[in-house]
Amino acid sequence: MNIWIAIGATAVGCYAVKLIGLLVPDGVLERPLVKRLAALLPVALLAALTAQQTFADGPVLVVDARVAGLAAAAVALLLRAPFLLVVGAAVVVTAGVRALTG
Amino acid sequence: MRSEEGGGKPDAAVVRDALGVGVAVGLSGFAFGVTSAGSGLTVLQTCALSLLVFTGASQFALVGALAGGGNPLTAAAGAFFLGVRNAFYGLRLSQLLALPRAVRPFAAQWVIDETTAVALAQPSRRSVRIGFTVTGLTLYVLWNLTTLLGAVGAEAIGDTDAWGLDAAGPAVFLALLAPMLKTTTERAVAGAAVLLGLGLLPVLPAGVPVLVAALAAPAALYMEGRRAPKSAGRMKADNDAPRDDR
Repeated sequence: MNIWIAIGATAVGCYAVKLIGLLVPDGVLERPLVKRLAALLPVALLAALTAQQTFADGPVLVVDARVAGLAAAAVALLLRAPFLLVVGAAVVVTAGVRALTG
Repeated sequence: MRSEEGGGKPDAAVVRDALGVGVAVGLSGFAFGVTSAGSGLTVLQTCALSLLVFTGASQFALVGALAGGGNPLTAAAGAFFLGVRNAFYGLRLSQLLALPRAVRPFAAQWVIDETTAVALAQPSRRSVRIGFTVTGLTLYVLWNLTTLLGAVGAEAIGDTDAWGLDAAGPAVFLALLAPMLKTTTERAVAGAAVLLGLGLLPVLPAGVPVLVAALAAPAALYMEGRRAPKSAGRMKADNDAPRDDR
């Protein structure tokens, strides 16, 4: 049940912001400070999420095969690989390291 | 800014670009389906997320926070903040698409990173509309189909960790983040957010550290404003503004 509450709240919130963008009169969201904040918030959130999902095991920080996988994704990004290949590299390398280290 | 007449780009070329983006990203719904099922969500819950939320980073964030034992509303708040950028995409798109107001509630669900990127790259209103529609349709259909496949297949796959699929989520986040790290400010925000997110993880309830890490953004803006004199600060903001053109 708790999960459905989270899904409902996320669905309503995410649809609302999409619709607001299409409906608000020009200029309301065009203030430079608001635009800067809107550009920077995803940077902070994505960076924190990337780090947590790489190093977190519940509330504990660990270093495991995911780190190698993320490094592979970073290399793929530097080589300008397409989106799917970046994700694929992370998955394959993580699985490979786990298979080798058993 | 853009000439509306004589865009000069053939419809077929617009469709080809849109399909390329739509197919590539649409297929990664599989990773979301597997991740979500692996986080303990049912097939129905997983598919509801892709159908109703339909903004990948928010979906990954939500299931990640729930898997970490997060409070549902904290988890939803993190996913929501990630979705806020779509409001700014919508603002740009509403000017470019010039849709009748009655159509906007239906177009809204497709206002995401990828449709915006394709639409903004087009030279004329006609190709903006074609690019947005083809990307949106392809991506929506494929993302939902592959989400279902991934969620159903997760059981058949067995231990998703052994297949390395738990690395798909962070890799998606990194791929979305990388193009945003253009200036020192953005890199500083990312670095501070990583430190806050990891440092607070052991001491705060699940989901909360990410929200605290989001404060790195206003903090960086405050520091930027303090460092530069007021007028220079405003000019910088103006110069930076068109960057999300991509």
